[in-house]
Amino acid sequence: MKRVEEWTDVVVVGAGHAGCEAALASARLGMETVLFTVSVDSIAMMPCNPNIGGSSKGHLVREVDALGGEMGKNIDRTFIQSKILNRSKGPAVHSLRAQADKAEYSRSMRKVLQKTEHLKIRQMEVTELIVEDGTLTGVRTYSGAVYHCRACILCTGTYLKARCIYGDVSTYTGPNGLQAANYLTDSLKANGVKMYRFKTGTPARIDSRSIDYSKMQEQKGDERVVPFSFETDPDTVQIPQVSCWLTYTNEETHRIIRENLDRSPLYSGMIEGTGPRYCPSIEDKVVKFADKDRHQVFIEPEGVHTSEMYVGGMSSSLPEDVQLAMYRSVPGLEHADIVRNAYAIEYDCIDARQLELSLEFRDIHGLFSAGQFNGSSGYEEAAAQGIIAGINAARKIQGKEPLILDRSEAYIGVLIDDLVTKENHEPYRMMTSRAEYRLLLRQDNADLRLTSKGYEVGLISEERYQRLLEKQREIQEETERVKNTWIGTGQKVQEFLRAHESTELRSSVRLSELICRPELSYQKLCEIDADRKELPDNIQEQVNINIKYEGYLLRQIRQVEQFKKMEERKIPQNLDYDKVPSLRTEARQKLKESRPASIGQASRIAGVSPADVSILMVYLHSNRKV
Amino acid sequence: MGGDTIAAISSAAADSGIGIVRISGPDSFAVIDRIYRSKNGDRKLSREKSHTIHYGYIEDDGDVIDEVLVMIMRGPGTFTAEDTVEIDCHGGVCAMRRILETVIKKGARLAQPGEFTKRAFLNGRIDLSQAEAVMDVIQAKNEYALKNSVSQLKGSVRKEVSELRERILYHIAYIEAALDDPEHISLDGYGEEMAGEISQMQEKILRLISTADDGRILKEGIRTVIVGRPNAGKSSVLNTLLGEERAIVTEIAGTTRDTLEETINLNGITLIITDTAGIRETENVVEKIGIGKARKKLEDADLVLYVVDSSEKLDENDAAIVRMLRTKKAIVLLNKSDRKTVTTREMIEELIRNGNGAAEEKNDSQCSGALPKEEKESIGKSPEKPEMKSSRREETAYPVLSISALKGTGIDLLEDKLKEMFYQGKLSMDNEVCITNMRHKELLAEAKESLEKVQEGIALGMPEDFLTIDLTEACRALGDITGETSSEEVVNEIFGKFCLGK
Repeated sequence: MKRVEEWTDVVVVGAGHAGCEAALASARLGMETVLFTVSVDSIAMMPCNPNIGGSSKGHLVREVDALGGEMGKNIDRTFIQSKILNRSKGPAVHSLRAQADKAEYSRSMRKVLQKTEHLKIRQMEVTELIVEDGTLTGVRTYSGAVYHCRACILCTGTYLKARCIYGDVSTYTGPNGLQAANYLTDSLKANGVKMYRFKTGTPARIDSRSIDYSKMQEQKGDERVVPFSFETDPDTVQIPQVSCWLTYTNEETHRIIRENLDRSPLYSGMIEGTGPRYCPSIEDKVVKFADKDRHQVFIEPEGVHTSEMYVGGMSSSLPEDVQLAMYRSVPGLEHADIVRNAYAIEYDCIDARQLELSLEFRDIHGLFSAGQFNGSSGYEEAAAQGIIAGINAARKIQGKEPLILDRSEAYIGVLIDDLVTKENHEPYRMMTSRAEYRLLLRQDNADLRLTSKGYEVGLISEERYQRLLEKQREIQEETERVKNTWIGTGQKVQEFLRAHESTELRSSVRLSELICRPELSYQKLCEIDADRKELPDNIQEQVNINIKYEGYLLRQIRQVEQFKKMEERKIPQNLDYDKVPSLRTEARQKLKESRPASIGQASRIAGVSPADVSILMVYLHSNRKV
Repeated sequence: MGGDTIAAISSAAADSGIGIVRISGPDSFAVIDRIYRSKNGDRKLSREKSHTIHYGYIEDDGDVIDEVLVMIMRGPGTFTAEDTVEIDCHGGVCAMRRILETVIKKGARLAQPGEFTKRAFLNGRIDLSQAEAVMDVIQAKNEYALKNSVSQLKGSVRKEVSELRERILYHIAYIEAALDDPEHISLDGYGEEMAGEISQMQEKILRLISTADDGRILKEGIRTVIVGRPNAGKSSVLNTLLGEERAIVTEIAGTTRDTLEETINLNGITLIITDTAGIRETENVVEKIGIGKARKKLEDADLVLYVVDSSEKLDENDAAIVRMLRTKKAIVLLNKSDRKTVTTREMIEELIRNGNGAAEEKNDSQCSGALPKEEKESIGKSPEKPEMKSSRREETAYPVLSISALKGTGIDLLEDKLKEMFYQGKLSMDNEVCITNMRHKELLAEAKESLEKVQEGIALGMPEDFLTIDLTEACRALGDITGETSSEEVVNEIFGKFCLGK
């Protein structure tokens, strides 16, 4: 029988948040790219929460943008509410979060993909990998077509052997009833890939017309919206925003849940996958935090063209009747009509320790992967891996070194290093506490950290790069000026200080010293800083942070220097750990599983002690010279 | 390499009255300049020629700690190929410890197990063929240090440190949880709330530091092992010591039946005595299995009581035991003085002299890993000071006492000898114990300092995410004491204690 046979550079499997970034990066770098999806109508779909960003996830979006990715721009085009979280905390943990119009987000991303040169979209399930002598050479589809390629990026999300469950009802589908991908797992296993089975879940969607908002607290967006993308003009995002609503569960809700726990597939053993601790179902919360008499529930719009509302905080896999009773026990939801049931979803993913830091499989050359397939969770985590996988697939074909961001350069670096280094038993979520050098990895300086890398890679235009250099220059000049500007003890100054409840001056001080006072800032000191030139907000912010937190920043910079030294000590990938004497058995085992690229990475593996690391260093040193 | 400057005691504290504190790294001379004073007070050692010895005093901010000889050696002509300073002091264990503490206070860092050796190797001072031995040493020293660090910690101290750490971890997790999910968890006023508890923690840590000073943080006592051939009278010696109804403090059954520990208090000196019953069963294979087993016990010992049956001839088993004693402080008990003497004091002294000398050559290649002594003895000699080694060999003479455990005669001689050794500072808890103790103290001080910074941050009204920086430091320092450290801990704590998520 005749079959379609095609040739391309890169195949991307899956068009979720990872797949979109991967395909865009690859195509924008000039690679002929084919993006496979089970449904073109579901490109960049948001099957769970209707927002982008949030603590540490907002950082990832900014970093993707700084490298030349699309997520930030796309949410700027389609958000319906936006907020900066943790505004009263330090600059390192300020984080942007926007509510998305889900349908618009998806449509807008599809438009971008369809306008991108070198990128083709194909609705078809990929069922088999074609691997020859440890190198990927193509993929086969359900229809039998063969696409020969030089690299392939797997971004299958939650679709591999997916199964959705609530109560005793289960369907063998992906999220939202979409077709699951049932064959690729077998092909992966046949090629020696180690698979895990993870679980996650989502709450019900409720018809807005059935909700009594008068019993809830309104949650508005910020008055002045800050865009995600460094490329978006702030003036273009000052739009009318919609509200979210806050309500609470109560004893009655908890009673209903407790009395029906035996009907939950999680407790009856029907679900075998490992669920995430950070995103517990409401039944998990009630069991685990039995002393809490109420839990927050956020009612969030799914978009402006739908009446569906997302019930944040109440994901569940309880039976339909229990769901209805439980939601209706919440103030404001007494007459709630469910549009879509809550459900848990199980899916196949990989043990990501089989990947290198470039996101290429160690043992299958040319095969890359990103997103939930790698054991992460979240749209932003997926997009972050997607752009790196896309870049590195292209660079591999071009014969260039992969782009690897380390833990001191980006949250993306922390994310990927954690995924490929550490043993992971649940979907991995980004958290600011995972970033050791978070004072340096702020969302406000993502462009300063990464845009020049995006430029080198080829995803950032010359024009944007020049703007970055100009910004860097201005920040530096102004920081210097502030350090060398003296403020005298004149009447105007003393009045200013009194007005801000700040101690008056006895003698002249540098402007930078005043910025360091907790009650003052660079911005506030404008009044008594005569020579100041007018600078954009983002530059003022950088100057303020540089001066105000200089001590802390220097401390982290020194720590990073130490860190870098260990990262630079590379471990050959073909090192036979069985030949390294004196290693403890546990360490040997863990090292074999993770195959760290450097001494630094080795030291982060649980079960590898500092002494084991010393031994490794001595061993490598002696072998290098031989 | 590492780039920082490290220090450690590099001679066994019990070996002789002289101890050496060694400093290695780029700041070695800067550190010594801060604490050394020559006789007329005007010499900076950093300006002196390499490989010279200087007489003077070590001071800690004006207080004289000890009279010392300091050797200045510039890299790369040193053991580690780095700038190195060796301080020879005679003031016994206490002075040595204080000197090390001062060195650390003034800019060096306590060396990790095997670190001098590692540096020597990485800087090309040790032959590549010895790489495996280097790795063995690191592993052995690490296990030894770990064992000391954790098992030496008194239960109550350990519990207290653990509890402190748990509370700090809780606060970190609370703040991090709130930062990750600000809409669920509020941090309003949390700093002030935490300040009270942190001052209590600071007080507790201060108290722990003061106990570390007198060594109470560790299991107190001189760890003593009784060895000897079967029927030499080891148990009788133990029973005699116990039988005189001297205050028996506790009786602890070891993990295996053959390591029964007794704590005995002799005129204020506490001995933790272990009888090596194990040797008895493995009599015939003493050379093979028994040595390993006994060596394990000997490694831990501060003092060895070697019981010899004077009514029988010395044989190869005695020779094997003597070889194991090589680096230890020991007293030879010539037992059964009530019977006909076959083995005399001279014969045993002769055996010790030959045994120790003969063992030295062998040990260099075979046993370097097993006995985690300071690396100079175990691998590659320090090229600058060959005379140290030979002089040390002459000094390895053990007191030999004639006793009869059966009749109870001569036991008073043993007591006197113990007292004499103890008060002359020749006998004390072993080197690693005091280093362990010092490491704990250093870590406690770090934790204290970090908590002070937290308090400053609270007072200044710093955002909570800055407070976690120093809280995390405090948590790490305390974790290094109790051996609890995991990068995933905060994340686990967040998920375990706080309810968040969509």
